[in-house]
Amino acid sequence: MSDAGLEQPLLRAVGVRKRFGDTEVLRGIDLTVSKGKVVCLLGPSGAGKSTFLRCINHLETIDGGQVWVDGEPIGFRLRHGKLYELPEREVAKQRRHIGMVFQRFNLFAHRTVLENVAEGPVRVLGVATGDARREALALLDRVGLAHRADAYPGQLSGGQQQRVAIARSLAMRPKLMLFDEPTSALDPELVGEVLEVMRALAAEDMTMIVVTHEMGFAREVADEVVFMVDGAVVETGPPSQVLAAPRHERTRQFLARVL
Amino acid sequence: MAEADVQDGRALAVGGELPIVRLRHWGRWVSGVVVLGLLALLGVALAQAQVQYGSVPEFLWYRVILVGLLNTVVLAVVAQGSAIVIGVVIALMRRSVNPVARWFAAAYIWLFRGLPVLLQILIWYNLALVFTYISIPLPFGGYLLHEQTNVLVTAFVAALLGLALNESAYMAEIVRAGLNSVDQGQAEAAKSIGMGPLLTLRRVVLPQAMRVIIPPTGNDFINMLKGTSIASVIGVTELIHAANNISSNNLLVMETLLAAAIWYMVVVTVAGVGQHYLERAFDAADRTGSAGGPWSRAARALRTAPTVRSRDV
Ligand SMILES: Nc1ncnc2c1ncn2[C@@H]1O[C@H](COP(=O)(O)OP(=O)(O)OP(=O)(O)O)[C@@H](O)[C@H]1O
Ligand SMILES: [Mg+2]
Repeated sequence: MSDAGLEQPLLRAVGVRKRFGDTEVLRGIDLTVSKGKVVCLLGPSGAGKSTFLRCINHLETIDGGQVWVDGEPIGFRLRHGKLYELPEREVAKQRRHIGMVFQRFNLFAHRTVLENVAEGPVRVLGVATGDARREALALLDRVGLAHRADAYPGQLSGGQQQRVAIARSLAMRPKLMLFDEPTSALDPELVGEVLEVMRALAAEDMTMIVVTHEMGFAREVADEVVFMVDGAVVETGPPSQVLAAPRHERTRQFLARVL
Repeated sequence: MAEADVQDGRALAVGGELPIVRLRHWGRWVSGVVVLGLLALLGVALAQAQVQYGSVPEFLWYRVILVGLLNTVVLAVVAQGSAIVIGVVIALMRRSVNPVARWFAAAYIWLFRGLPVLLQILIWYNLALVFTYISIPLPFGGYLLHEQTNVLVTAFVAALLGLALNESAYMAEIVRAGLNSVDQGQAEAAKSIGMGPLLTLRRVVLPQAMRVIIPPTGNDFINMLKGTSIASVIGVTELIHAANNISSNNLLVMETLLAAAIWYMVVVTVAGVGQHYLERAFDAADRTGSAGGPWSRAARALRTAPTVRSRDV
């Protein structure tokens, strides 16, 4: 696009605040992500990375600030210059095109792999069952699991479950994918297969926000790395800078420990 | 001798197989004999009892008994069915973010679980003493419903109301336990693909809660089948009332009660078998590769019951 002024970011988080009881977990987070970019969120445990990710698709309500995805205020409706809070069933419609992959996979345990992937398109988008199953099979093929379409999640390895979970999110044709430590619950030898799928997604210009401790992935795939501590963003920049030559003392300490 | 044993062992161990002497389960034999003896004594006693066993099979098929059987089953099924529906609603209210709903649900359970079911039935049965008419007026005159309480709340309806409302309080707690047993992550995953609250409940949470909900519900249903006998107090012709009807004419009290007992055992056994298959169908979904929803699996399991175990499907 020649006119850069018209290009609006896919995600714009402005001053996002969140408190649980007396503790302020997010203290004004700003983040802008353009279409097709991959952002990795790093930070020590308890920094609020998961909470921030969950605020983006409104799994957590926010106490201050705004989250805009593709020009829409998540959890609200903009009208006459005011933001009106939306009921849960309206928020559900906004979530349709924001995929989320969880640390613990959370596949529907009572449905087969194929049913897991086709569930959203059929029930939420109203796609015909036959079409949805065909598309689900194609997606499963993409993550290398077409041959396990009829298995139940409990019969798969962690790595396979996580790849199915990614396929389930992709089936909704998301504009934005959120990953919350997608490989942290996996045995070391299974991490690679999941990262590979994520790399392929990034190469296809999927917009992704990834909370991860996999520094190699961040260095290689991320367009931008965001370092968070105690509910605030400490440092932002391309991985070559933040990971190789961090400016902030906290970032240096953190990287010294994980690398 | 010990030396011989050792040598024996060495020699055999080299060659491989050693004979195995199984543990003798003496306790099983002893207890078996004791139980058989007691059963024989019971048989002797029953044979000497002054009961006309010959008339029992005949009573089984008496019209009154069959009407009683039908009423018992209908009462139990409708009461349990309504209790399940109300129970789900109350359980959802209990887990709601709306404090008024939570408060109402707690009060509902407190009340209907607190009162004896007989008292509840008697209150419904005697409603006409305090309200002659039951009316639902329409906003612009006229009535949606305007009827004498006597006509509306018959003995059968009073029993149904008492049994269903009492049971609904218990069902609410059973359903709540079931919903709580499903991992929070399941609902979050459903939300993350854009499912609204109702769809999440219907497609993701409830089906997985069934595993926890079915066993105590089956228990309650069996209790309900037998508990309908309490309706005999207000003159509903259920099994026990029917048996009493007959024996007040012919004085064969034990014989008619035996006939009723046999019908109870038949109905309870059928319910137990149904529960078994339902449980297995919902259980299987988590691990085994049988296709289709749990209901179609249950149906299939029932059709092929004697020969095929669901694990093989
Ligand atoms: N539902 C909740 N209720 C109360 N406190 C919470 C809740 N969820 C998170 N917290 C608190 O918020 C803080 C941030 O948690 P969060 O899970 O976002 O951290 P994180 O950066 O994802 O850490 P980790 O790397 O361990 O996953 C923590 O102190 C946590 O205890
Ligand atoms: Mg986290």
